Amino acid sequence: MASSSRLLICDDCDTVYRMPELGRGEVARCARCGSVLGRHFRFGLDALTALVLAALILFVQGNIWPVVTLGLNGQQNSTTLWGMILIMWHDHSQVVSVITAVTLFFFPLFNLLSLGWLLVFGRRGQLAPGFRPLMVLLHHIGRWTMSEVFVLGALVAMVKAKSYFEVLPDAGIYAYAALTLFITLFAGIDLRRLWDLMPSRGA
Amino acid sequence: MTAPPRAGQLGLIGCPVCSLVSRAPSFEHAGCPRCGSPLRRRKPASLSRTWALLIAAFIVYIPANILPIMRTASLGDVDDNTILSGVLELWDKDSQALAIIVFSASIVVPMLKFLALLVLLTCVHRRSHWAQLQRAKLYRMIELIGHWSMLDVFVVALLTALVRFNLLSSVEPLPGVIFFGLTVVLTMFASLSFDPRLTWDDEEPHA
Repeated sequence: MASSSRLLICDDCDTVYRMPELGRGEVARCARCGSVLGRHFRFGLDALTALVLAALILFVQGNIWPVVTLGLNGQQNSTTLWGMILIMWHDHSQVVSVITAVTLFFFPLFNLLSLGWLLVFGRRGQLAPGFRPLMVLLHHIGRWTMSEVFVLGALVAMVKAKSYFEVLPDAGIYAYAALTLFITLFAGIDLRRLWDLMPSRGA
Repeated sequence: MTAPPRAGQLGLIGCPVCSLVSRAPSFEHAGCPRCGSPLRRRKPASLSRTWALLIAAFIVYIPANILPIMRTASLGDVDDNTILSGVLELWDKDSQALAIIVFSASIVVPMLKFLALLVLLTCVHRRSHWAQLQRAKLYRMIELIGHWSMLDVFVVALLTALVRFNLLSSVEPLPGVIFFGLTVVLTMFASLSFDPRLTWDDEEPHA
């Protein structure tokens, strides 16, 4: 265990490797099943903290500002993300309302807040309180955040509405579009590396 | 070519949550020393859980496609849309590119997930060595694209919230969209409970 290379087991086929430190742009793939074992971890804790903070600001903006406004004969109607969630609840589609609230609001928000929390402590060389349960939760809810799908959905909805209404994209959708770029960046980062990067608990 | 060793052969086990490698515990219900998550050689009851979720997903997939997902009403003119009619409408309105995207997300992706999981499960049951590498890629693909099927659900939710011009024009969600949302959630759980390592478990001990 004291050697510079660490042991790694492929998630998809159970093959065991000694992982070398990867250089810039390098990707390690499993020789048996081809899945990605690891990428060069290009962001330091500072850069990662900055990314999370920026994403958090965009997320707040995307949620408090209206997403789209429709106009018809001088009437205008706009909605925020929460407006959408509440209307689905009252329109007999509670299941949809819950799915939307969880995948577009609660999980993404939890994701960003807890990552920020872990990183703020990590930068100071400390292990954040609740590090272990938060990292475990982050791992499990990762797949259930769908902000990027919402951006595409909003685009489709706007095109559909275009033939009947005046469509005015609002600030919220731009914030969401920018957020999607950050999500794409995060997708290339294996957050499990934080287990290795964080200071140990001195055990 | 000698294949690299697998965890079982070396008496090792990897944590699915934090990826720490430990010595395989001799007792059941062992937890990862680093993150506390249960350490199991394979996902528990992977095949039967995946089958159950897949069948459940397929059952709700039928009403998701037959039942309309939303109703548009303008000046007494009522029009019910299904998943497929929504795609066709986009195509007719000269948004072919978007029609293809929605068609892929709402129809191709769910179908692909059903077929892919069916193939993966069947091959594991038959201990097949056929196309192992391609099956591994197939699994990674459905894991990557699975959640994009939620697209139509968000479209309906957003249109419902936006098109509220009283008698002039309104949109309301119909039960099809609930079934469709459930289909997506269930297929995601199905692919999550499938253990891709099973694809490689019947490798002959290398010569």
